[in-house]
Amino acid sequence: MRHLLSTEDLDVATATSLLDTADTLKQTLLGREVKKLPTLRGRTVVTLFYENSTRTRVSFEVAGKWMSADVINVSASSSSVGKGESLRDTALTLAAAGADCVIIRHPASGSAHRLAGWLDEAGTQVINAGDGMHEHPTQALLDAATLRERLGELAGRRIAIVGDLLHSRVARSNVHLLRTLGAEVVLVAPPTLVPAGAQHWGAEVRHELDPELPKLDAVMMLRVQAERMHGGFFPSAREYSIAYGLNEARLGMLPEHAVVLHPGPMLRGMEIAPAVADSPRAAITQQVSNGVHVRMAVLYHLLAGEEITA
Amino acid sequence: MSRVLLKDVRPYGAGEPVDVLINGEVIAEIGPGLNADADEIVHAGGAVALPGFVDLHTHLREPGREDAETVETGSMAAALGGYTAVFAMANTDPVADNAVIVEHVWRRGREVGLVDVHPVGAVTVGLKGEKLAELGTMRRSVAEVRVFSDDGHCVHDPLIMRRALEYTKSFGGVVAQHAEEPRLTLGAQAHEGANAARLGLAGWPAPAEEAIVARDCLLAGHTGGTLHICHVSTEGTAEILRWWKSRESAGRVSAEVTPHHLLLTDDRLDTYDPVNKVNPPLRGDADVLALRQALADGTVDCVATDHAPHAAQDKDCEWSAAKPGMLGLQTALGIVVQTMVRPGLLDWRGVARVMSERPAEIAGLTDQGRPVAAGEPANLVLVDPEAEWTVRGAELASLGENSPFEGMQLPGRVVATLLRGRLTAHEGKVRR
Ligand SMILES: [Zn+2]
Repeated sequence: MRHLLSTEDLDVATATSLLDTADTLKQTLLGREVKKLPTLRGRTVVTLFYENSTRTRVSFEVAGKWMSADVINVSASSSSVGKGESLRDTALTLAAAGADCVIIRHPASGSAHRLAGWLDEAGTQVINAGDGMHEHPTQALLDAATLRERLGELAGRRIAIVGDLLHSRVARSNVHLLRTLGAEVVLVAPPTLVPAGAQHWGAEVRHELDPELPKLDAVMMLRVQAERMHGGFFPSAREYSIAYGLNEARLGMLPEHAVVLHPGPMLRGMEIAPAVADSPRAAITQQVSNGVHVRMAVLYHLLAGEEITA
Repeated sequence: MSRVLLKDVRPYGAGEPVDVLINGEVIAEIGPGLNADADEIVHAGGAVALPGFVDLHTHLREPGREDAETVETGSMAAALGGYTAVFAMANTDPVADNAVIVEHVWRRGREVGLVDVHPVGAVTVGLKGEKLAELGTMRRSVAEVRVFSDDGHCVHDPLIMRRALEYTKSFGGVVAQHAEEPRLTLGAQAHEGANAARLGLAGWPAPAEEAIVARDCLLAGHTGGTLHICHVSTEGTAEILRWWKSRESAGRVSAEVTPHHLLLTDDRLDTYDPVNKVNPPLRGDADVLALRQALADGTVDCVATDHAPHAAQDKDCEWSAAKPGMLGLQTALGIVVQTMVRPGLLDWRGVARVMSERPAEIAGLTDQGRPVAAGEPANLVLVDPEAEWTVRGAELASLGENSPFEGMQLPGRVVATLLRGRLTAHEGKVRR
């Protein structure tokens, strides 16, 4: 694996191996007081974030530090986006300064691909930590890791992704990865939030949530961004919540074993009822802790380049 | 007066090779085995002779972005591409919305002297779509502007569009519309479809073009004004034009298609390389096939390049930050041969029609797009129909290097271009 830009590029072997590594790392570190492996000593990892995301950045930072890498955080204001030269020049500066890996979060779809193109020659590796409406592959990996822990193998499982599919990089990454791992995916959203062409993703598209619930092994709720609510994508937050919010009644319609995921931050009350978010069926804090192990696994595969054994 | 003798050419690609004697600015004689005193003899080896190409849609970037293109470098590209006249779009900086700017561009074109540069005037002040520019003053200027366009922007206010069509009627003006309903393309980055959805690029839906085209046909019919539709890109637009032109009272509506919309589709977007970013965007297979058919049957009148050079930093960046547009002047013929001539959709007479005669008629030029015949102005292009060549960005005359055709092999090479009897390009070299 040269870069991690998209889950679309991951074959089943690579995806499984990343998840297995994450699992091994989790077991290795379990109960240790000092969570530090020497694996990436002397390697420099840069987080380059053009969008605020404390949760993702901290997760990568912890992952890097637990593997003894030098982690440098660079935040660039998104106001410099649009002045074309900035991303390329920043990339070349980081490469010249000796970065082994750049983890990028950027509001423009495809920016991680562009970055990888500019850095290929320098041998610097790129991890996409969320590019516009395109992908967020480590989020999909941590979701898959969480689902594997709760459900076992994902092949044959039926998983719904619910909400703002149009703008969601999390949805795109999850559709590819879950299908690669053999799961059936059903997308549930009002038609205004389904991208034209989503019917080619190999997932079923539905507009009503209730009939799907009894058939599901997991339901993955997506964040609805506040600005979308006034963009005419649906009439009101109230109507959205009535049709697509995961409330207690809907939780009751899911099979006993079904898992509830949410990438956070949550709009409690609208997308998900507080009692649902806090119920043992929800794996939301587990998602966060798996995030660190999955990101360690990705850094390990990119920078150490060998299988890890317990 | 200088005399040029073209040996061994085939007008419109038909019949036995003949010779063409040019005396001064005019074709003096056409026939086999002409033996005349000539200042220059061009051995054309059976090349196809066509009237020089006319491009209704060229961005020359001067004034304002001389780092991307100038009247001079654009003229060189045009001559090498077989063009004898180009229409320079108004979205320069400052905008060509007044007589001073259009006269400047016109004068620069004359000084360079490789191709007739006709400035296009803006329809509205500053391309803002709010207030008509001084269209009549531009018409009466030395540049004699006849084509007006806010290209890059749509004249989206229906009342302004109506007024523009009405007002230009009095002096035979043409309103060339960049058809894009801006509310439907807010934030759009690529053709709305499976590829954009997969790549997370906001979609540019086909009806955003089609709705404006339908509306403007109705307005042209109602006002009696003359409408030209720029860079038609969808199957639906072709259908609307076909329907409109079938009506008794269709009035004066014409349309152009770009070479890239005849060849490329949105499956090129995978790498996010902005060299493929263009507005309107590259569309799907069905659109490409429909556009070829529409050009073949005359529903779409002509080919226009939408030649849009950009400086490196405006393309070597994130997709969403990149400026839309690609080079077109030197690759247009090759693409037309590949997509239209080779598959049998157009013969060489047809090429003359779509690349020279119709564009000249639409713009009201009387000295371009004329027959290859004695007594006619010697604006000519000679084409080797069998030659294949590989596009090399570094060999293109434009200052920009944003050609998606880089490395592609194309058929049909321009052997020579003549503007009013003078060679402007010969065997890949500009002649000054
Ligand atoms: Zn345009």
